[in-house]
This record gives sequence, structure tokens and C-alpha cells, in this order.
Amino acid sequence: MDSNKDEIIDFEKMIRIRLIEEAIAEKYSDQEMRCPVHLSIGQEAAAVGVMSFLNKEDKIYSTHRCHAHYLAKGGNLNAMISEIHGKVSGCCGGRGGSMHLFDDDAGIIASLPIVGSVIPLAVGSALTFKLKKMHNISVVFFGDGAIEEGVYHESANFAKIHNLPVLFVCENNLYSVYTPLKFRQPNNDLTRLATSYGIENIRCDGNNIKKVKSASEIATKHIKDKKEPFFLQLDTFRHREHCGPNFDDDLGYREEDEIKIGFINDPILIEKDRLIKKGILDKNKILKIENNIKIEIEKAFTFAKQDDFPSRASAEEHLYAK
Amino acid sequence: MQNDRKITMSQAIGEATLEAMKKDDTIFVIGEGVTDPKKIFGTTSELVEKFGIDRVIESPIAENGLMGFCIGSALSGMRPLLIHQRVEFALLSMEQIINNAAKMHYISNGKHNVPVVVRLIVGRGWGQGPAHSQSLEPLFAYIPGLRVAMPAFASDAKGMMLTALSENIPTIFIEHRWCHYVTGKVDSDTSNVLLDGPSVVRSGSDITIVATSYMLYEAILASDIAKEFNIFIEIVDLRIIKPLKLEKIVESVSKTKRLICVDTGFKEYGLGAEISASIFEALFKDLLKPVKRIGLPDRPTPSSRFLAADYYPTAENILNEIGKLMDFNSHKVEQMIEMLKIKKPDINADVPNPLFKGPF
Repeated sequence: MDSNKDEIIDFEKMIRIRLIEEAIAEKYSDQEMRCPVHLSIGQEAAAVGVMSFLNKEDKIYSTHRCHAHYLAKGGNLNAMISEIHGKVSGCCGGRGGSMHLFDDDAGIIASLPIVGSVIPLAVGSALTFKLKKMHNISVVFFGDGAIEEGVYHESANFAKIHNLPVLFVCENNLYSVYTPLKFRQPNNDLTRLATSYGIENIRCDGNNIKKVKSASEIATKHIKDKKEPFFLQLDTFRHREHCGPNFDDDLGYREEDEIKIGFINDPILIEKDRLIKKGILDKNKILKIENNIKIEIEKAFTFAKQDDFPSRASAEEHLYAK
Repeated sequence: MQNDRKITMSQAIGEATLEAMKKDDTIFVIGEGVTDPKKIFGTTSELVEKFGIDRVIESPIAENGLMGFCIGSALSGMRPLLIHQRVEFALLSMEQIINNAAKMHYISNGKHNVPVVVRLIVGRGWGQGPAHSQSLEPLFAYIPGLRVAMPAFASDAKGMMLTALSENIPTIFIEHRWCHYVTGKVDSDTSNVLLDGPSVVRSGSDITIVATSYMLYEAILASDIAKEFNIFIEIVDLRIIKPLKLEKIVESVSKTKRLICVDTGFKEYGLGAEISASIFEALFKDLLKPVKRIGLPDRPTPSSRFLAADYYPTAENILNEIGKLMDFNSHKVEQMIEMLKIKKPDINADVPNPLFKGPF
């Protein structure tokens, strides 16, 4: 029964992320969200699956494509939507936009838009945990592009030699903007870049929440028991354009088959079918879940719209810490 | 008795680190060579023995990663001191320094602090050449949110390091290798000094010289000679390159109405350009002469001491500019330079003092 409950909660979290992202996409043309958005649609299972084994004191770091991670870890929705609107109640008070989401109360330390830039920060938090003898773990989400950055390699090596409690989560959506992995790497097995540093790893279908969860359970347990890093490769698929609200397969940069399979492997459709077949949920219950989330989303957008812009003079504040 | 204690600037920096680590167990030291036999020119001596390898962390060669590890650990409550043996090593850390260390406090609307201190050493001399001797403080000073400190004197260096390690501002702490050797009085109970901007180290009424780091010593030498010719130089130690506090410089130049800027970096687009532009803006009508700038020429640093001889400005260059600002005739300038040569016989441009035997 409890496991059914967990499955429903995780499913709700995935649908919630999807609906929030779709709402952003739908309202983007209103020109009120005037910052780049990198939507997580299609990659919800990776975020929710990993997060289900973290507690509040565990810290996460994310990238330009941070919405799913932020929401799955419990980031404040109003603060996120306000931030994307450039409003004063945004998590950064309008200074960061969509690519800089954080929420200290939820353990989301930072999201950074330069590819790979965030990876060593997560290692730094893990270093703090080790030095302070805390039992938490630090998790960094990044894409298949970031693993090509030198700083990933510096970070993986350092985490291993210092036995740091950090989980590297590489979401492989096959593309760095429009450039496919096959033009950038000898093969699509990225775990070799963990193995070569002696870091234990698992590669799994990142669109299947069940599989992501079982890999994440092993990963987090390994980190806590063995006091050393772990690496997950979660293969997934970006539904929409790299940056922006639209679908972009009219540009022809992805193969027909790849697109077809990608959309069939929609993490939410897979899980929805499974839960219905198992009798855990039915269409009415799902509709009810969706409606409740939609109400929450509308409230968040109303909040953001009514929220004030930061005063112009406030732009001068906080250059240096006191 | 204690007040007469003289130690070198490198000893002073080491002492500050040790004292700060004793007081605050969130401080750790990290870098390439921090535990090796040479101990970063002696500045990390005794640290690993006293605090162990968890707080004095030897590292792989990974400058960008190191900077990121420090930022991440600072965000979660630690106070890292990262050391690079050369300024140029930090060029590999620039993405982290510029995008993350400098901006985190601002972007988070004041919620996040990055109390990281990064020590960089300018390695002038002994043929170290183009990529081991640069004084690149303007690169860091260009970035909003960073603090850039450049101590010249042992006592100040100790106080500055203590303060930098106790505050929440990401600080680039640039030490000239030749200042490391210079001794000065340092009270054993030296405490924090404010990192609040320039300080006047010599009072004078005729010319203001704003100098940084090692060039303070050349400026002091030049001012001693000038004094013999009845020219009284006011010397301002810039100390804190960023944030740039101009008040004391404006105050000084308002009095002297003449300014020479002397620093250890390249002249073009350098500190002198920034300071002289600001002084022209503030005091255009009061100036008796155009502002003079002294810095390195616009070419990479050569290794050979014969090529380096004309590369580094000295007190002689400063005396030449003093002569121009005071309308001295060439004879009088020559007299000043003669006196300089008697006071400080020629030494090679590639060693800090005649006793120096290399290699770095």
C-alpha cells in the first residue's frame, strides 16, 4: 500500500512538472517571461526518480535546464514563476531568471547556465560534508554536453581521491543544443568517463521512473555506505527546442526514428499506462490530480503577475557581502 | 621588544594563515603544493603538521575545479584559502572566478556568500618569462563583485590576510614574489586591518605617487632622492585594487596637483589608466601637469635578463617623470639619477637583491 502511495506521489510530481512547463510554454508568447527558458519536458523521470531518495539536508545543484530539479526537490513554485517574470518575490529577486533557480530551504543551492560550471560546486559541498563529518550527500545534475568539459574530469577525479559523498547525475538527452552526441563522443556510453576515475556507476533508461528509482536507491546507498562518489547515466529525450517554448523538429536535426521513439518513451505516458494497468490509478483520478495541479499553477502565475518588479534602485544592493 | 620584531612578508602571510586557522576551524587551505617540501615559498610551513591533511589539502592539477570546489564548500559554510603559486595558474580558474565567485552574492539577492580567498603570486625575475611573471590584477579588478588586494608590506599583508579570511567577500590576494623577501616590523599580535582602500605611506606636497605592490619600494627610493632636491613626494599605497576607493587619492592630488601612477602590470589598459582617468574627471582644473603613468611595455615578458633589463621600470623611470612634472632641466635629472646609482648600485633586473641565487 505504501509503495502504491509512493508511486502515486512520484507520478503526481512528474505530472506537476510537465504541467508547469507546459503552462510556461503556453504563456511564453505573452512576453511577460522575458528570459531564456530551457524546459524540462521529457526529462521529468530523472529529476523525480533521483530526488525520491534525498532528504531536505541533502543538497542539489543544477544547470540551465533546472526547472524539473528545482520542483522535484521541493523548490517554491511561486518563487520560481516570479523569478521567470523578473519580479521581486522571485528566488533571486529577479536577478537570475530561469537559469539561476535556487531554494536554500529545499536544499537547492544553485543552478548555473555555463555548461559544466556547477559540477565542482557540488563537489565542494560534498567536501564540506566530509570535513564537518555530516552524513548528507551532494547531487549535481548535468547533461551529456557537460561531461565533455574539463571541469567534469577535474571534479570526478577529486571526488574519488578524497572519497566525497557526491552523486553525479548525467542526463543524456543526446543533444548539446543541436549537435548530436554521435558527433561529439566515440559512443553513447558515458559511464566510461566515470569508470576511468574508479567511480561506481549505473546506466539506465532515464524515461522510466521505476528504473531511475532503483538505480538512485543503489547510488545513494553506495555513497552513504562507502563514503565515495557515484555516477548515474540516465538516457532521456528532450521533447522541445533547446531553449524556448516550441517544438522544433521541423528543423530536421533529429532523425525521424529517433523522434518517434523519443516521444513514445515519454516518462509520463509510460508511468500513466503502468499505473492504470496495475489498477493503482484510473483516468478520473488522474484528471482530478491534473485539475488540482492546474489550479496551483494558475495561482502561481496570478501571484507572479501581481508581484511587484524590484525597484530600480535596488539593483545597486548586494554587490559585496557585509 | 615585541614591537621591533622584523619578519618577511612571506612569513607574515604564513603567520596570518596559521593564526586564522587556529581561531576558525571552517578555514582550510587547498592548492597545488601546499604540503610539499617547499610549502609555497614557506608560506604554508607548519600548516599540514598542525592541522592535518583534511584542512591543508594537497590537490591534483585542476585549477578550474579547485576554484569550483572552494566556491561550493564556501556556499555550505566553509572558508577556503586557495593558493596558486603563479598568477597565471588562475587563468584556468577564470570561469569559476568570474561567473560564480564574483556573482553569487549579487545574483542570489544577498542570500549566498562566497568567503573564498585566492592567493596568487607574481613571479618576477630569474628568467621566468612570459607565462610565469605576469601581474594581471586588472583582469580581476574588471569584474564586479570581486575584491582584489595587493599588499606591499609585511605588517599590512598579515592584517589584510586575517581580515580577508574573516569576511564574506571573495578576495583575490596578489603577492609580488619580490615583496615576499622584504622584512618589516610586524607585531606578533597584529590583528585585522580594514580592507577599505589606499593608505598614505609618505607625506609630501609636490607630487602624489600612487603605487602598488613591489613598485612601492621603487617609489620610496625615488622619493628619497627627490627629497634631496627639495621635492616632496606623497606616496599612496593603493592596497585594495578593487573596489577602487578614490577619496584618499583625490585628497592627495588636490594638495599636490601632480600625479604619477606606478604599478607592476602592463601600462596599456592598466591600473594607471583607470586611476588617471578618474583623477582627470575629478580634478581636471586643479592639475598642474598631465598625469603620468609608469608600467610594463606592451609586449610579453622576456626570459633573458638582458631583454628584461629595459622591461621593468625602476626608480630611475620614476625620477625621470618627477623631473618632467617639476620642469627640471636635463642636468638636474641626471644628478638625481647619479645619486640613485650611488644609493643603489646597479643590480640585475632579474633578482630582487644581490643575495638572490635562484631558481625562483
